Amino acid sequence: MTGIAGGPGLPAFLRQYELDQAYDEMLDGAGSVRPHYRHVYDALLELPADELRRRQQIADQSFLHQGITFTVYGREEGTERIFPNDLLPRILTAAEWACIERGLVQRITALNLFLKDLYHEGRILNDGVVPRELVHSCRHFRRQMRGLQVRRDAYVTVAGTDLIRTTSGEFVVLEDNLRVPSGVSYMLVSRQVMKRIFPDLFRKCGVQPIQHYSQALLATLRSLAPQGCLEPSIALLTPGVYNSAYFEHAFLARQMGVELVEGRDLVVHDNVVYMRTTTGLRRVDVIYRRIDDDFVDPLAFRADSSLGVPGLFNAYRAGNVSLANALGTGVADDKAVYAYVPQIIRYYMGEDPVLNNVETFQMSNTSQRRHVLANLDRFVVKAVGESGGYGMLIGAQSTAAQREEFRRHVESDPRNYIAQPTILLSRAPCIIDGTIQPRHVDLRPYILFGDKVTVVPGGLTRVALRKGSLVVNSSQGGGSKDTWVLH
Amino acid sequence: MLSRVADSLFWMSRYLERAGHTARVLNAQLYLMLERGAGTDASHWARVLKSLGIEDVENWAADDVVKPLIQAAAHPSSIVSCVTAARDNARQVREQVSSEMWEQLNRLFHAVKNTNHKGDVRDFLQSILEGTYLFQGVTDSTMTHGEGWQFIQAGRYLERAAAVSTLVSVHFRAFHNDTQVDLETLEWIGLLQSCMAFEAYCKAYTADLRPDRIAEFLVLSPVFPHSIRFAADALATSLKQIGEEASSRRASRVERIVGRMQATLAYGQMDEIMSAGLQSYLDTVRRQCLQVYNSLYQTYITYPVEAALNA
Repeated sequence: MTGIAGGPGLPAFLRQYELDQAYDEMLDGAGSVRPHYRHVYDALLELPADELRRRQQIADQSFLHQGITFTVYGREEGTERIFPNDLLPRILTAAEWACIERGLVQRITALNLFLKDLYHEGRILNDGVVPRELVHSCRHFRRQMRGLQVRRDAYVTVAGTDLIRTTSGEFVVLEDNLRVPSGVSYMLVSRQVMKRIFPDLFRKCGVQPIQHYSQALLATLRSLAPQGCLEPSIALLTPGVYNSAYFEHAFLARQMGVELVEGRDLVVHDNVVYMRTTTGLRRVDVIYRRIDDDFVDPLAFRADSSLGVPGLFNAYRAGNVSLANALGTGVADDKAVYAYVPQIIRYYMGEDPVLNNVETFQMSNTSQRRHVLANLDRFVVKAVGESGGYGMLIGAQSTAAQREEFRRHVESDPRNYIAQPTILLSRAPCIIDGTIQPRHVDLRPYILFGDKVTVVPGGLTRVALRKGSLVVNSSQGGGSKDTWVLH
Repeated sequence: MLSRVADSLFWMSRYLERAGHTARVLNAQLYLMLERGAGTDASHWARVLKSLGIEDVENWAADDVVKPLIQAAAHPSSIVSCVTAARDNARQVREQVSSEMWEQLNRLFHAVKNTNHKGDVRDFLQSILEGTYLFQGVTDSTMTHGEGWQFIQAGRYLERAAAVSTLVSVHFRAFHNDTQVDLETLEWIGLLQSCMAFEAYCKAYTADLRPDRIAEFLVLSPVFPHSIRFAADALATSLKQIGEEASSRRASRVERIVGRMQATLAYGQMDEIMSAGLQSYLDTVRRQCLQVYNSLYQTYITYPVEAALNA
């Protein structure tokens, strides 16, 4: 199908729009516009390139002035960068969304049951559905959580699940982010900007709102307050200004009207957590922590952590404070455990998964490892505990030396790696240098789990801005775009 | 307000006041150098350093202290260090200061950091001063005059009271016993200019420069914004406001200490002070500044957990 672009059927603005095997969000296989993209398509027909460029500039300015930046690690002093935002919305129909939502609710419910089971009876391990050694060898398994009562059994309170669309148009889960998922502020801010840049289009399309995310998050956190606490005091715990997601922490705290605290603002006395204010100590009941497990409490976990709060874990164990997310949730988003999520869903829910997984090969399994290592150029190899596009090899786009290096890594520590076939992500139209070109995208919706499960319709659509690239992570040259779920 | 936030606002303001003070003193000294002609001796610069509260004089090059005082990042008292520290503090509480304040402070920071010092040093110092005045104006007109703003005020005036005490004290130790006052006229003008006080002094006392009057003006004037008494009054006002937010029992100690300092200045008589010794009087004032700082921090910022729980 290559070469349809620029053909007689397509208007001039799509001259550089090449179709290939990947699922295209805007055009179907024959090159005609999908009905739900009609309004955007028509708007693009009318908008001259100059106008597009002008609006992109206005949007960029808006991001710059709001200081919406992230930090790229590994460079001098952590360079601050503007998060690139593409103006053209990624559109989903109500029916597509309904299916996604059902799948996400099912998945987070099952994963929370799984975590509760793991840290209590361990039925699923006794029944041999998930191998015990896989769980216990996971770096993010926290023995300290054994037998600890988690309020409402909400281990994962906030999840950001990465979905991708395969060539057939089906949404599948690429990974679950169950520890401290970030990016939701970009979803909220890019919606605000879009409403200003394309007000007419927005109205015409009929987009489901997402602005209630902050209220929903606040309500979810409130529902986690320790029993008997009616007016919980809530704080958002950040590692501080040098963290890559600091903007988001400050943004969410402001949106929810809760205090933004650092570890040094909190003190624990008699297993009760307080924040230090100029008017004295104020008790804290619920902490939305954006610090990794390892750093939360130097007495319980890494002793060298200066970001955490000494004694916090004991207060948590005593039930005097709730943490969102709970500690030890990383065991459920370990990429090797991920492969078992379909079985986990069947085990606890007695249902088939609504959203499928990507086929995953365990490198600790000898025959699977042999198969993958023999065909490394066709696979994506990932370290199980990493995220953000770090520690990963895309076989098809790698050099022989990189493949050799990964082969050595895998052979020396097979438990630490999984492999998946290279998946061609779907593509959506983007504005690149004033022209419309397709780029690969994924979708990260945010799921809240408290007294009920809430999924705001939409999410963060991440874009691999480099032509042909399949890596959407912001740290690896990715950008984002607004996601519109239609009524 | 979180104690950490109050701490950052206080020190942001304090560092900026310190940068401004250093710029004022250096500016005055550079004018003096022009008047005096060639040949400034090492003891002169040692005194300037002391008057800025810098004690490790032997670590400084004797012939040129101006450049390091402006741009040496290694010296914690240099202007660039102070402005950087002020910005670092503001960055910690980016959400608590207005965007206009942040932008102004950021601009000042980049101006200090990136200057190549090819141009006239005095122009540069002037731009630092203007930057700090602008920041104060922007702060007063864009930030809510609530608790956070009061901590900013407290930081500025506590720094000012301590800095001016040191400046006046060092100056008087060097020149007051000099019988040839005429020869040292320039130095007295320099002292007044270091506090932006020359014109204001002349309005109050005419251009007749007399050490006791100069001391009276810089120490006891209730209306001149760079006098110690003015700073103490402003400090007391801010601390009272801060105290109204806190429970009365905790606040009373700070208010008592700052009230004593205010009384020392409000009821002081310059002739009595002089005969008893200006040095020891100013030492008392500086000790009181330190006491105010300590009690402010113990009450609102670094208080022990047990004390707060029993309050």
